[in-house]
Amino acid sequence: MLNVEQTPLDDMIGDAVKTFPDECCGFLFGKEESNSRTVTKIQVVNNAKEGDKRRRFVISAKDYLKAEQFAEENDLQLIGVYHSHPNHPAIPSEHDRVAAQPFFSYIILSVINNEFDHIRSWQLNEQQQFEEENIIVQQLN
Amino acid sequence: MATVIIPTPLRKFTNNTARLNVKAGNVQDIVNDLSFNFPDLKKHLLDENGKIRSFVNVFVGDDDIRDLQNEHTSVKDDSVISIVPAIAGGNL
Repeated sequence: MLNVEQTPLDDMIGDAVKTFPDECCGFLFGKEESNSRTVTKIQVVNNAKEGDKRRRFVISAKDYLKAEQFAEENDLQLIGVYHSHPNHPAIPSEHDRVAAQPFFSYIILSVINNEFDHIRSWQLNEQQQFEEENIIVQQLN
Repeated sequence: MATVIIPTPLRKFTNNTARLNVKAGNVQDIVNDLSFNFPDLKKHLLDENGKIRSFVNVFVGDDDIRDLQNEHTSVKDDSVISIVPAIAGGNL
């Protein structure tokens, strides 16, 4: 189960729509407590893929190092990555799976014809296969 | 001893330790040390040929070892070595 607060959810959707028809990408920050994790903040990152960005995303090593540093300085945990699938469902591709890291949550946002359609989250299991984790949106009072 | 920074997704294989001190002369020594002391980490660092996986980047200071001497890149006691997972994907 992955809890996502409303603000980072809105930020991810905004980034995915704004970046359409290219893929957007960024980092998820938050807290990990026993069996639940919560996304409290996201960081939009430049898609460093050279050439066609409609089907691929790459995050540079320097941006990754900055994200680790940001988490440490702000007492947060780096808990995953989000990216969009323009005009495709939010299901990880083989390319997503091969490059995926253990532990991280991988949120995918589907954007169809410039409009947000749906969001799903995935995590690698011990067999290096993706398993879906349910997203619970947390409303802040 | 050189300082090795373990990225968040691999810390569960290093007892949640983010920084390790390793006595090493080059990057290969560090890889050997980590593989010996944290066997579960090994498959995430090395491919079946014992080479650093293509989805793992290693930096000595600010420099990618692929721009230096790869595993033979020398390290000093004050070197900071960062293991950086490649983050990439796409919809096909």
